[in-house]
Amino acid sequence: MPASMPACRMSDVARRPTRRPRTTAQVLVTVGLVMLAVLIAVALFGPSLAPYNPTRTSPASLDGPTLAHWLGTDSIGRDVLSRLIVGGRATLLITFVAVAIALAAGLILGLTSGYIGGAVDLVIMRALDVVFAFPVFLLAIAVVAALGPTLPNLILTIAVVYTPTMARVVRGPVLSVKRWDHVEAARSVGIGEFTIAVRHVLPLVISPVLVQTSLTLANTIFTVTALSFLGLGPPPPDPNWGSMLAEARQFMELAPLTVIGPSLAIVFASLTFIVLANGLRDVLDVAGR
Amino acid sequence: MMEGKLEPLLAVRDLSATFHRHGAPSRVVDGISFDIAPGESVGFVGESGCGKSVTARAILRLAPEGSSIELGGRILFRGQDLLRLDAAAMTDIRGRDIAMVFQDPMSSLNPVLSVGAQIDDMLIRHTGLSRRAARRRAIELLDLVGIHDPASRADDHPHQFSGGMRQRVLIAIAVSCQPALLIADEPTTALDVTVQAQILRLLLRLRRELGMALMLITHDFGVIAGMVERVHVMQAGAIVETGAVDALFAAPRHPYTRALLDAVPRLETGGLDSTAGPA
Repeated sequence: MPASMPACRMSDVARRPTRRPRTTAQVLVTVGLVMLAVLIAVALFGPSLAPYNPTRTSPASLDGPTLAHWLGTDSIGRDVLSRLIVGGRATLLITFVAVAIALAAGLILGLTSGYIGGAVDLVIMRALDVVFAFPVFLLAIAVVAALGPTLPNLILTIAVVYTPTMARVVRGPVLSVKRWDHVEAARSVGIGEFTIAVRHVLPLVISPVLVQTSLTLANTIFTVTALSFLGLGPPPPDPNWGSMLAEARQFMELAPLTVIGPSLAIVFASLTFIVLANGLRDVLDVAGR
Repeated sequence: MMEGKLEPLLAVRDLSATFHRHGAPSRVVDGISFDIAPGESVGFVGESGCGKSVTARAILRLAPEGSSIELGGRILFRGQDLLRLDAAAMTDIRGRDIAMVFQDPMSSLNPVLSVGAQIDDMLIRHTGLSRRAARRRAIELLDLVGIHDPASRADDHPHQFSGGMRQRVLIAIAVSCQPALLIADEPTTALDVTVQAQILRLLLRLRRELGMALMLITHDFGVIAGMVERVHVMQAGAIVETGAVDALFAAPRHPYTRALLDAVPRLETGGLDSTAGPA
């Protein structure tokens, strides 16, 4: 072994196996968070960021990309970029609210089911299985078609569709954590069952739930835009990514940017959450624990 | 000595515990009776699976999660039968009147809460102190169990403590409401030998200072000596011999007790038999 071996070598070798995967994951999370910040900024400040009024028509229809209209105009002369920016708001609002409801319902149902167990577990999980058995789209289309394509209906439907997944992701680790020693120790000194469930079990199952939430957000973006594409989204003339795609489809050859624009926006939004989910999974080491 | 005169703090009568798993009942504690006087320290010795831990948990009506256990007989605490209390009253007794210290300090603390918060919770639950007053008391308790710089350590999480320190924290939680009876189930088994001695000394000191009765459960006669006044030897769910600790060490009557005592490695006989085995 040469005596001139650099001094830093030892620490490099010691660090490499633990540090490298960690930094990749941290980069993913950082990138995901930056993308998320962009999305949230667009959703919050969309109307003031957009260069034109997204619903104002003009004679210049299907105008190719110009300096005035970066992504061109649609079939009735509305600025595509402005519609994209403002339309993101509706899509993201539905997505965030629906997933927040699904998350809350999933936490409550999954924790109750897993912690109490027995007959309660059986009833809750079988009820959720019924919802789970339906294909997401079929159920969403049926409910929205039956109750009408209003914003609350759309949000509620998507929330219901994703609740079983959330509840299962919560329930699984609850089943194991509730048998851990610290739970019995807490019980042995008179801590009540509700406090144990919320304070001593729930915090320990949060990592997989965070990852699942991020993945569900990605899926929900697709579901929301697909439903809007099929005409079951928020009613016109307010823009959203799904309905923009549906309208632009017929003029795809004349003005490809009117299709590419919303498509890229959808990809960007779902990619945000997929990147975030992958990063979080590695940082929180969900599989490893 | 004095246990005959005093009204017992805990009187267990004909206690039985039966597990029901996959339909087949198995009786792990079979009709045992014993008393613990106020302030008395009593040891329970026996091999793994003899029912000593189940007996301890039965007093607090704790069953291993996911199993169904049927308890029979009577457990009279200050004359009140714990087996006939409703769940809420039983929860009140746990920690306030009877508390327990478990075997594995590495896993018996909530990893996501600071140790101070875990003591606070306990005090708030049983004494109705405000969070600020509870924290002051929690720091006193950490000091009492020998944690250095308790005021800043209270905000640390369990992973920042060693095994022995965690056991001290768990003891602090257990004694925080000055229970009349402290049950210690193999409190030193998971610890290094030197740390074991410190923890045992701490339990002895706390018992004296707080006037608690102590029920010490172990498989190790070395732990029992010097810690307790009376010993119950358990085998296969029954108490086979009871006696003052010195008398039992000097002249065990039951063959099982003698076998257990003989199993303790001794220096003067060369410890474990090194000549055993082939070659």
